Amino acid sequence: MQEKLIEFRNVSFRYADEQPWVLKNCSFTINQNESVAIIGHNGSGKSTIAKLMNGLLFAQEGEILINGKAVNEQTIWDIRKAVGMVFQNPDNQFVGTTVQDDVAFGMENRGIPREVMIKRIDRTLQAVGMQDYRLTEPHRLSGGQKQRVAIAGVLAVSPQVIILDEATAMLDPKGRQEIMKTVSELQEKQNISLITITHDLREVVQAQRVIVMNQGGKWMEATPREIFAKKADLRQIGLDVPFVAILADELKQLDIPVSGKELNHEELLEELWTLHSSM
Amino acid sequence: MDITFEHVSYIYQENSPFAHKALDDLSFHIPSGSFVAVIGHTGSGKSTLIQHLNGLVRPTHGKVSIGDFQLAKGMKPKNIKELRSKVGIVFQYPEHQLFEETVAKDIAFGPANFGVSEREIQRRIKEIIPMVGLSEELLTRSPFDLSGGQMRRVAIAGVLAVKPEILVLDEPTAGLDPRGQKDIMDMFYTLHQKQHLTTVMVTHSMEDAAKYADHILIMNKGKKYMEGAPKDILIQEEALNAVHLDVPEIIAFMHHFEKKFGVELPFENQTPKQLAKQIQQLIGGRLRNE
Repeated sequence: MQEKLIEFRNVSFRYADEQPWVLKNCSFTINQNESVAIIGHNGSGKSTIAKLMNGLLFAQEGEILINGKAVNEQTIWDIRKAVGMVFQNPDNQFVGTTVQDDVAFGMENRGIPREVMIKRIDRTLQAVGMQDYRLTEPHRLSGGQKQRVAIAGVLAVSPQVIILDEATAMLDPKGRQEIMKTVSELQEKQNISLITITHDLREVVQAQRVIVMNQGGKWMEATPREIFAKKADLRQIGLDVPFVAILADELKQLDIPVSGKELNHEELLEELWTLHSSM
Repeated sequence: MDITFEHVSYIYQENSPFAHKALDDLSFHIPSGSFVAVIGHTGSGKSTLIQHLNGLVRPTHGKVSIGDFQLAKGMKPKNIKELRSKVGIVFQYPEHQLFEETVAKDIAFGPANFGVSEREIQRRIKEIIPMVGLSEELLTRSPFDLSGGQMRRVAIAGVLAVKPEILVLDEPTAGLDPRGQKDIMDMFYTLHQKQHLTTVMVTHSMEDAAKYADHILIMNKGKKYMEGAPKDILIQEEALNAVHLDVPEIIAFMHHFEKKFGVELPFENQTPKQLAKQIQQLIGGRLRNE
């Protein structure tokens, strides 16, 4: 039985009284040590979810529980220890004058002793592959490197879950790959939950579970493979369909019996190879 | 208007310990009416390159020609304002530059600065609003009450209202969701064709370069790394990987297919549908004869 970490119970949120609901009656659960992707178009409510999870915003209706504790003014300081966030813009969240100062920032705020800080800086920079940059100044880093330092800073305060809120959106393809690799390594090695918020379907492949948001509601919840098979529906709600899924669809239309559930090139090529050699 | 760079170098803070060569002996020629994609990773010189196109910076060495305008070191550009009215630049996140009370006023700001009459401005606004996919009732609203996608369209309308002949786009789809990205790119492509523009687009997306550009310029460390037609450039997986770029996914798949099946599958700007047909002929034809 998996332990619940985050629970949304019929949550609704809007920014002001007469404005439309950004989230409407939204319920879902995220378990400990689980990796979940939340996808949706701009304005679907996915970033609002992230802000509700660590008390940057409060819900008007419904209840949000973190470790069984309701998120409110009294609990946010404890909750923020459990929930770490990495935001979109790498330049807006770098506070230190060097990489190690930046990683230390969150720990200093929590009064962690110096000896412990030094160990954690080593360990977390190692975890994100930035150990050779301890004394580097932020402006000498690429966007991807800055985001990896931001992840290290969050890891250093040992949260139970890290939320990446479109953390790759402003990066070039190489920066994106760096982050995706870092994230998948964390998933394997650390005892931590990961929530990836994105509109890029390529980033959901690594997740164990995907929550698709549309117009403020949970539209679907499934494995990446099941999601990828719903091409027409994804398009309809403004999401992009991965190339493999598009090609598999075109092949099917030509009566080539591929499954349509492939997640990557290798899987599709393997199916084609099997069809090809079973003549 | 043609764009020509002849041995252009640009050095930030020359003759100081911080001197940094952002462009290094760069030469290329873009004929009028082209749609050019400029690609390169962060720090490759793309932004410095586009700042030369309307004289925001001038070459440290070499010469830039934009139509009849010339930019070179030490030259006092007398008609720089005219050049800037011909070259419209849509910077990254252009919506951050909105500032006026209403959408109409914001769009009017550029042309008014270039001395366009109020009547002509109003005529242009009417013409441009549908082109950027906005409706006229937004004109009296504050630009800050609009959605991100709408704000970006307002900022783009402001650039178009000056009636540029060259349109420069610096990562025009950054931060938009997939549908927003496609809408904006399709809009630029229609404008490019209908207004007979020369379009220069800085992008990270090899997919967009393949789909919209007729010419590709790849930058690395301030130098031209590769240049040519998309179908010749985009297939060079090794050379692109060496400068941290990927081939478009369709080409990557075709390369994987070639390797696995030991056949040749050349890239000719196929759509996925056309590729599926080719795959059918390579393997499926025999399937049906079973």
